[in-house]
Amino acid sequence: MTDLAANALLTTADGRPLKSALAAAQVRAKRRAFLLVLPLLLFVLLTFVVPIGQMLHRSVYHDGFSANAPAVSAWLAAHPAGTAPDEAAYAALAEDFKAMKAAKTAGEAGTRVNYTLPESRSLFTKTARVADDLAPPYREALLAVDAKWGDPLVWEAMRSASSAYTSDFYLSGLDMERTADGGIERVPPKERIYVYLYLKTFALSALITFICLLLAFPVAHLLATLPMAKANLLMILVLLPFWTSLLVRTTSWMVLLQGQGVVNNTLVALGLIKDESRLSMMYNQTGTIIVMVHILLPFMILPLYSVMRVIPPSYARAARSLGATSWTTFRRIYLPQTLPGIGAGALLVFILAVGYYITPALVGGADGQLFSNLIQFHMTKSNWSMAAALSAMLLLGVLLLYWLYDRLVGIDKLKLG
Amino acid sequence: MALPTYASPLERAWHYAYLVICVAIFIFLISPILIVIPLSFNTEPYFSFSWKMLEPGGLGGRWYDELLTYGMQAPEAPRDGSWFGDMWRNAAWVKAAKNSVWIGLWATVFATVLGTLAALGLSRPEMPYRRVIMAVLISPMIVPIIIIATGLFFFYSNPCGVVGLSCGRLTSTYLGVILAHTALGIPFVIITVTATLSGFDQSLIRAAASLGANPRTTFFKVIMPLILPGVISGALFAFVTSFDEVVAVLFLAGPDQQTIPRQMWNGIREQISPAILAVATILVVISIGLLATVELLRRRSDRLRGVTGR
Amino acid sequence: MKKILILSTALCGMAYAANAEVVVLSWGGSYGGAQTEAHLKPFTAKTGIPTTMTDSDNPATPIKAQVEAGNVTVDVASVEYADAIRLCDEGLLEPIDINSLPAGADGTPAAEDFLAGAVTDCGVSTDIWANIFAYDSTKFSGDAAPKTVADFFDLEKFPGKRGLKKGAKAVLEFALLGDGVPASEVYATLSTPEGVDRAFAKLDTIKKDVVWWEAGAQPPQLLADGEVAMTTAYNGRIFNAVITEGKPFSIIWDGQIYENEMYVIPKGAPHMEDALEFVKYATSTEGLRAQAQYISYGPARKSALKDELLFNDGKTVMGPHLPTAPENMTNALESNFEFWVDKDAELNERFNAWLASN
Repeated sequence: MTDLAANALLTTADGRPLKSALAAAQVRAKRRAFLLVLPLLLFVLLTFVVPIGQMLHRSVYHDGFSANAPAVSAWLAAHPAGTAPDEAAYAALAEDFKAMKAAKTAGEAGTRVNYTLPESRSLFTKTARVADDLAPPYREALLAVDAKWGDPLVWEAMRSASSAYTSDFYLSGLDMERTADGGIERVPPKERIYVYLYLKTFALSALITFICLLLAFPVAHLLATLPMAKANLLMILVLLPFWTSLLVRTTSWMVLLQGQGVVNNTLVALGLIKDESRLSMMYNQTGTIIVMVHILLPFMILPLYSVMRVIPPSYARAARSLGATSWTTFRRIYLPQTLPGIGAGALLVFILAVGYYITPALVGGADGQLFSNLIQFHMTKSNWSMAAALSAMLLLGVLLLYWLYDRLVGIDKLKLG
Repeated sequence: MALPTYASPLERAWHYAYLVICVAIFIFLISPILIVIPLSFNTEPYFSFSWKMLEPGGLGGRWYDELLTYGMQAPEAPRDGSWFGDMWRNAAWVKAAKNSVWIGLWATVFATVLGTLAALGLSRPEMPYRRVIMAVLISPMIVPIIIIATGLFFFYSNPCGVVGLSCGRLTSTYLGVILAHTALGIPFVIITVTATLSGFDQSLIRAAASLGANPRTTFFKVIMPLILPGVISGALFAFVTSFDEVVAVLFLAGPDQQTIPRQMWNGIREQISPAILAVATILVVISIGLLATVELLRRRSDRLRGVTGR
Repeated sequence: MKKILILSTALCGMAYAANAEVVVLSWGGSYGGAQTEAHLKPFTAKTGIPTTMTDSDNPATPIKAQVEAGNVTVDVASVEYADAIRLCDEGLLEPIDINSLPAGADGTPAAEDFLAGAVTDCGVSTDIWANIFAYDSTKFSGDAAPKTVADFFDLEKFPGKRGLKKGAKAVLEFALLGDGVPASEVYATLSTPEGVDRAFAKLDTIKKDVVWWEAGAQPPQLLADGEVAMTTAYNGRIFNAVITEGKPFSIIWDGQIYENEMYVIPKGAPHMEDALEFVKYATSTEGLRAQAQYISYGPARKSALKDELLFNDGKTVMGPHLPTAPENMTNALESNFEFWVDKDAELNERFNAWLASN
């Protein structure tokens, strides 16, 4: 069945068709390249991606109540929302309390319900303390311990805690809460914080990025236009902060900016300000901005510099010779050519600023805190699920920016020094 | 950068203003780093310059001495062999320094070996899913550190818990901190090594092969010498990342794994004693050394690859 | 790869081997220092069991995290009273039997020797400490010096920045005391939404002049640096700054909020028996008296208060510097653990929201 066309195919020395030999070689090369990457990919997946995924799982999963109060959870699952608790429900509750007292887990269950309905934790610990004395009729017995057991809000909260999977933590993260009838509403204005701080974090990061850009542009331009030898020398001034410990830089700024610090003392000594009206530049938003700009500035200068260095000066000269003013030349000729550098630097700085933790924690005071610090707050209060939900929110923002960076700049264009 | 001869007076004025602005920004960049150096030699526990510093005894190594003695069992003992033994074993900052170096070195070795291999694969033109994989490998640099540390804390508490087993823990162990720092250092190795490889002429590999070299020989005789500067500067980045990292240590380390940044964190939170400034000064000197190394390597790399400066 | 495996196994083994001592987790600063000197060192000298001190901004946090993650590295922790109750309720601590504790130096059984509430199901009091406020006496002196808790909130008469702890606990009570609520009614007031609003309204009056602190060692530092003119603080930290460092600070006892500090043993502590021995030793009459020689927190055993206590300088009589001294108790508030066990999460969230808003 061999026809002429097949016979005319090019073959390799060992008689295989060239096309399939090439394809096979291509597959081999692909496999070889992939095998080189594989160890690291596995390492990063296992020690980085999996742990974060596992942590984020906690944002929708909390079995503190459902695992410790199985009977009442079962009752709640069997009856639709809004059902008034009957004697069977109270009996299940009493049964759970006896078990929880024995296992010392009432606090855990109460903590979970407390996340949904504040002030219910002590209801649980208090009831558990007398659990052994509970006797039928259980409704009366429990109401005698605390009248709150007749409150539909408590039952609604237990209902939402009775499933290990919950969206409650994201609700809180969006400044929302559940109402008695199972609906959702925003919390009172005085208690709203997460959405505000989320937006504030992005706004502050944008401001920091903008200041970084303002400061980085002239420096990068100077470095790019100076002769190489001089530029390299000045480059050290940019790279040294980059290579210096972040804690060292934060400490230095504290020494410089605090009330009795170098800057204030100098200003007082020069008579520019009075001793009692020293500037407060530390432990507030101002301090956070100054220190973060300093820390992130090299991340803006380096990409700008690498773009500016390859812009041929002849374009600007041509524009001038054609009669453009220096401002027009800058605006119409130079600036557009630096846009890739601006994009790369700004996105990188913005991404890093959004997730910053150490600097705001050390110098932020009250109004210089960022979203990361709230995550840490819930970690210190041992509310892992809330911390995970907030982490997920922050991660979402960062990954969106990261994706944008990859689309606009390309991850492989990232350069350091 | 000289002004063109056709510049108008306004442009001249602007040019000088621009230079002044640049100088101001350079001062902003560098002064916080340099300011700690003289202050760390102030024998008084204050953070501002005073005339007293110029008097005899106003400057000295008091705080550097404290770095050695703090935490020692018998700091007042005569400084003989046993004093040094005591210091080496017990002084808090010396312990922290040993931990930092130890953890940093291993994290660097792991990150560099894995990262270089991966970078070699990633820079091959036939690499599949290049973009996605690159994005995953760079992500430890992008994801906020607090999220990483939180995730690692739970994972390392019971690493086999994901598959429902129990096999001990990695928190409060050196290995746990080292693995975390390896992950954090990897993006830097990838970035620097792929950057070096981007200027690498792939036909050199074919040339070597055509001359009869096997892949192993090609790697050690052709590829390695050319990318070595990139590998070393990637390794230095990884080391500095580990050496400077505090959040993962806060979450993952036990009392045995306290590092210099962790020790500094305590100091800064509680009181900025001038001893912190002494540590800061030492770290600045180290970073100047590392920076110089990287700069020399970069020049060597440029020379080897035939890139010349303008 | 094989080499790496061998190396990593070696690293792992080393890390485990290095840990064969009682690890105590406390608050750092001069308090942690006092416990190191008074409890850890003598305990090691007496029993030969090595001890290590580590610190945290609030030891209850790592304890909870470690027990929940099944990864306990700490043997003994020093936590606030409300936390000792809360963690115990959640089954995260080892129960401690009061009858297993040593009798007082005068032979009184432990159950009678300890002050009321000083031993709970899982914790033993190491001292009674107080939230007070202190001022820089070079800035205010004589008649112009603050006297009452209301003066803390009076920015006109006493200008200057204020230091406050960043958190709801003790701050809200302090605000109500400053607003003229009698100590006996503070928690009743704070249990109502209007009462909470009132506390925040009071804090609003000084909000723009507040420097917030988090670690106990910060307030004396803030005062010393001149960052604040007055600050709330743990009384022992101010005492130590005054006595050992000669700082010009004065303590105002009006409106103090006091509570027990507890030693607890987390569930699954690696050296359970040694940890229990340590707690027994540290909370014996001898241990409690030893700690009071390093920091001005009151021992919670009657037998420890019988004889006059001297500071470790050998001359300062501790009595008048302790929160429990009668003259310091005229307008004092005992921190209500039940209130905080229940409301901690809610009020702290409200506090954070208040702090972040302008």
